Parts: sequence; C-alpha cells; structure tokens
Amino acid sequence: MKVAVLIKQTPDTAELPKVSPEEVRSGDVKATMVINPWDEYAAEEAIQLGDRFGASSVAISLGKEGETDALKHALAMGVNSALLVDVEAAREGDVWAVATALAAAVQHEGDVDVVLTGKMSVDGNSGAVYTGVACKLGWNLLVNVTKIVDIADGVVTAERSFEGGQETVTMPLPVVISVAKEINDPRYPSFMGIRKASRAKIPVLTAQELGLESIPRAVRWENLRKPEARHTEVQIIEGETVEEQAAKLVDALLAEKVI
Amino acid sequence: MTSPMGFLFNEEHEMVRKMVREFAAKEIAPKIKELDRKQQHDPAIIAKMAEQGLLGICIPVRYGGQGMDYISLGIVSEELEYVDTSARVVMSVHVGLNSLGVLQWGTEEQKQRFLVPQARGEKIACFCLTEPDAGTDVQAMRSTARREGDHYILNGEKVWISLADVADHFLVFAKTDPQAEPPYRGISAFMMTRDMPGVTTGSYHGKLGVRAGNTGWVKMDDVPVPVENRIGEEGEGFKIALSCLDNGRYTVAAGALGLIRASLDASVRYAQQRKTFGVPIAQHQLVKRMISLMVQRRDAGELLVYKAGWMKNQGLRNSRETTLAKWFCTDASFDSAADAVQIHGAYGYSDEYDVERFLRNSKGAVIYEGTRELQQLLQADYEFGYRRYRPLRCELPAYDPEEWTREA
Ligand SMILES: Cc1cc2nc3c(=O)[nH]c(=O)nc-3n(C[C@H](O)[C@H](O)[C@H](O)COP(=O)(O)OP(=O)(O)OC[C@H]3O[C@@H](n4cnc5c(N)ncnc54)[C@H](O)[C@@H]3O)c2cc1C
Repeated sequence: MKVAVLIKQTPDTAELPKVSPEEVRSGDVKATMVINPWDEYAAEEAIQLGDRFGASSVAISLGKEGETDALKHALAMGVNSALLVDVEAAREGDVWAVATALAAAVQHEGDVDVVLTGKMSVDGNSGAVYTGVACKLGWNLLVNVTKIVDIADGVVTAERSFEGGQETVTMPLPVVISVAKEINDPRYPSFMGIRKASRAKIPVLTAQELGLESIPRAVRWENLRKPEARHTEVQIIEGETVEEQAAKLVDALLAEKVI
Repeated sequence: MTSPMGFLFNEEHEMVRKMVREFAAKEIAPKIKELDRKQQHDPAIIAKMAEQGLLGICIPVRYGGQGMDYISLGIVSEELEYVDTSARVVMSVHVGLNSLGVLQWGTEEQKQRFLVPQARGEKIACFCLTEPDAGTDVQAMRSTARREGDHYILNGEKVWISLADVADHFLVFAKTDPQAEPPYRGISAFMMTRDMPGVTTGSYHGKLGVRAGNTGWVKMDDVPVPVENRIGEEGEGFKIALSCLDNGRYTVAAGALGLIRASLDASVRYAQQRKTFGVPIAQHQLVKRMISLMVQRRDAGELLVYKAGWMKNQGLRNSRETTLAKWFCTDASFDSAADAVQIHGAYGYSDEYDVERFLRNSKGAVIYEGTRELQQLLQADYEFGYRRYRPLRCELPAYDPEEWTREA
C-alpha cells in the first residue's frame, strides 16, 4: 500500500501578521516558512499507516525550486520520501489549478491507494484543494476524518465527524482523505529524521513532465488587501465569590448586547 | 539565529532549532508561568525532553545518544532558555556537567553502565561540587572518600545542587587525600547513585529565580561507593570537574543567549504597542538605545558561543573561549532582561509579563558554574600566561559524524 500526503509550505502563523499584500502578490514572502500546521496531522497519519499496515509514504508539495522546508519537516517526522512539484501555472492559478497539478503528481507517482491532506492551509484557508484533487483523480473523498479504523480488502473504514455527530463509514480504495486535528498528535521531528532529511536530495517534478505548461483558470485575484487589525479589550471580572463573578459577567454581557 | 546560514549553522542545525523551538513553545511555555509562581518543578517536562532525545543529543548513538554535534547542544540550550531557564539547566547538568564528563573520562564499562541510560533519559544525572564552605574555592571542600577494600566510603554535604531531588546519578567530588598539597590533588570523582545507602537529598524554596527548576542539597553519610564507580584516577577529580565545567559553561552561555533574544523580542513587541506622548515608545531615542544594546549583545554573544561550539567539534581545547562566552553572555542577559523590564515600565514589574521572570532567572547564571569574577580572573590569567592548557590524560573527543552515528 502506498500513501501520498499533500503538504503545503506556509508562513509561520506567529509571523502571519507581518506578511504584507505586496509580498503575497510577488510570491516572495519574507516570513519563516514552515509546514502548514494542519498538514502535520496528515503526515503523522501517513507515518502511522506505515507502522500499522506497512504502507510506504511520499510527501508531495507544490512549490518553487528550493521550497523544500515543509517537505523536509515531513521527512524528518518519518515520511519515507518526498517530491516537489514545480508547476508555475498552478502556483499562480486558483484552487482548481493547484488541485490539477497535485492530482497529476499523484498519478505520476503511481500505485497510490490513499491521499492524505490537512483540513485547510493557514494562509490560503480555502479548505477546497482536497475536493479538487479527488475530483481530478476521480476517487472517493472522505473529509473531517477523526480515525482510520482499518484498511483491509481494498476498503477503508474510517470515523468522521460532522456538525452534531460522528459516523463510521466504509469506502473502497483509492480514496482521498482530509483529516481533522482529533485524528492524532503529530510527533516532533526526531534527530535521526533531521539528519536524514537535511541530507536528502528532493526530486523535482516539472510542468513539462506533467504536461501542465498551462492550466486554464476561472478565478483571478483583482485586489489583495489586509484586513484591518481588530482592536480587542480584555476585561477581568472580579468578585468575592463565583456567584458574584457570574452575576457581573452576565450583566456585562447584557450591557454589550451579547446575550 | 542572526548569522546567515552557512556561517555558523548548517541545514541540520536549522532543523534542530525549529524542532526545539516548537517543542519549547508547546511543552513548556503554556505552563511555565504557573510553575514558576508555585515554585514547582514539573517532572513531566524532563520526561518529554527525554522522549524527544534532548537528554542525549550530542552523545554517540552507540552510547544511547542522538549523535548530533556540540553546536546542536548549544542550539538546544539556547532555544530552551528562550522559554525558560529551568529547562536549559537540565541540559547543563545532565548533559554538560555529567554525561559529557563520563564520555570524556569514563572507562568503556562506565560508559555502558552510566552514559547509556543517561543519554536515553532513563536515568537523570547531576553534578555535585559546591559545599557550604566551598564554592569558588573548590579546593576548600570537606567531603571525603575513604577507601575500604573495594569501596570508598563517602561523607559530606553538597549544596546548591541542581536536580538534587530529581537525579538518579550524582557525579560527586570528594577528597581521597585531605592532606594533599596543593589540596586540589587530593580530590577524586565518583558516580554515586540514589539507591546507595546513606544518600539523602532535599530541595530549596525561596530562590530568586529558576523557580520552576529543582535545586537542593545532597548529604552523604557513610555511603559505600564501589571502586568501579570512581571516574578517572585518584586525585584527578579537580581536572575532571574543570573538564565538565568547560561543557556546562558552554550550555549556560548558549542559554543566556536565548534569554537575551527573549528579552529583545518581548521588548520589540511591547515598544511598538505602548504609546506615550502620542507615539509608540519605539520611537523614543532612549528606548531605541536599549533595543540596540540588546541587538549588540545578541550578535556578539552568538559569535562567542558558537566559536566555542565549533572548537569543541574540532576537538580543540576551549576553556578560555568557553569562559569568555559564559561571562559575556550571562552578564549580557542580565543587562538585557533589566532593560526589558525597563521598557515594559510598571507592567514589566509584574508577572503579567514574562520579562520579570527573565530578570530573576538571569542572575543565577552570573553566579553558578563559576562566578563572573572567576571568569574575569581566568581571562587575565590566560592572557598573562599564568594559566595555560596542559595536555589531559583524556580529552573530550572531537565530533566525527560517522563515529557518532555508528550503531555499535
Ligand atoms: C541556581 C543555582 C544552581 C546551582 N547548581 C549547582 C550544581 O548543580 N552543582 C554545583 O556543584 N553547584 C551549583 N551551584 C553553586 C554555584 O556553582 C556556586 O554558588 C558558585 O560556584 C559560587 O560559589 P559560592 O556561592 O560559594 O560563592 P563564593 O565562592 O563564596 O563567592 C562569593 C563572592 O566572592 C567572589 N569571589 C570569590 N573568590 C574570589 C576571588 N578569588 N576573587 C574575586 N572574587 C572572588 C565571588 O565572585 C562572589 O561574588 C548552583 C548555584 C545556583 C545559584
């Protein structure tokens, strides 16, 4: 069994407020780049599927040459191999173009049974790429998965949560799975993993190899601006007893018309 | 890190830094304020450090370690102290002062027996030199080790011992020849373990800083320590202690660098938010001066620390360079933390912000592992030629990536 885990390199969330619209427009973001935090859950799950079912794993990321920090993080965690997909038309395109390139890379890799992804990226926030990937591949899609119960006889059994409930589903392979953060507790890279990852030469898949020199796009960015910084104020409710504090809190909430 | 990649650090070092930064931010930062307030040591943090391999970071793989280099040890110390001094102290005593001492001076059998479980984090180690009447003046120590057959009988009291109530293995210095002249020639080193009869320990409360760390006393009443637990030869204890300090002080210096960075980052953040006279205080020249002094200390400190780390990797003696880094960085971290409190005004004076903890924590390192005054005397003595490197029977091995990652 082979698992492909889709990884995005995103700015460190602590540094997101510093990123300017100009940097985003030019694609030259000056923040520390890390693995998209949601993708750490997908990478962890890929490693665990390796331990549980002997699956091999490959991390795939769309990015410019040299943008390998996130892939190396996945390798250092214990994902078996990595692949950088350098397709300019996808980088500059919309969600559908990104999905097109990633699906093509999965197909190029071959024999993949499961594609794992995080629930969204902390910079793009679309939460739609995995849908596009499943669509392009023509595979089944499972979202918000909180547990992969079993993979046997070409069928995956998984638990997923949705608003107000939880269900157990079965679905034939191949399948695209986006994982929820409840699924696991991602490990830190190990020192052995760091040694291996820092020496790894990560292969690059080009637009020519994938036949994706141009990808038609439906969405164009006309303008890009930063939301106004929100001004929040912290109010500490004090009181002799819990009851008094609660009463004051309720009064304050009523005064603010929150309740 | 302020130096560009490739000058002091390679990609592996950068990945180590990222990992430890994330580790400290997730495992330590959320609970440190409460632990510090309650003066509570949290054993779960050491357990997590062990699980992550930090406790054996620069020990060869075949001795249970992670096989990384000495620069990585500095980076781990720096990033841990960026969040809190107590976690860095664990690196200083467990790795720097004890485990590296065993790596340098221990026999192969002792490495198997002590270093392997320490590097794996299964046993926690500490370093017992200071006594009620012997701090800077190590030779004045009164603890004794009397040989009786195949044992030494240890008696005495050690004070101000980091991890006293936590450790399983105690690297203890005691006099096998109390009459020796000069007195340091009478000192020997022993690995005492908690399960030996006659060992008692206790903790201090009311410390100025490092309140989330365990510090205490160790009492030895006729403790029978097997001869096989003597590290080095009889009379080599003083040299061993100094070798251990070469490594402990390196981690202290690197940690202090982390504390300078923490003070600077907190100050930069605050100075841009806080307004007086209609502008952020960042725009006042005297505030800028405090910031630029911190920048100066950070950049200079980084060069001093990692020069020492590089020398360790090469297998070069580095006592002078390490003590210079330790002196400079610990003084600089105290000054930086004091300036950080100043920039925060009254808010900095309360534990609502971290900087008051930085200030309290920074003072200890100006005292322990050799006071500032001792480091100053050493620099002059090296310069005058009153003190020079003499060959040691056992040197700290240079870092060799192949040798360090060999499985057996
Ligand atoms: C938080 C903490 C943790 C510690 N952990 C450990 C540990 O794990 N293991 C351990 O063995 N010890 C530990 N120590 C002890 C520490 O190493 C000693 O406190 C230190 O060596 C200084 O010794 P002292 O306190 O006896 O001071 P003293 O030696 O009495 O010095 C008092 C003052 O006199 C000055 N002075 C002394 N001699 C001279 C001189 N010749 N010239 C000029 N000035 C001089 C000193 O610089 C200092 O300012 C720890 C201390 C602290 C605070």
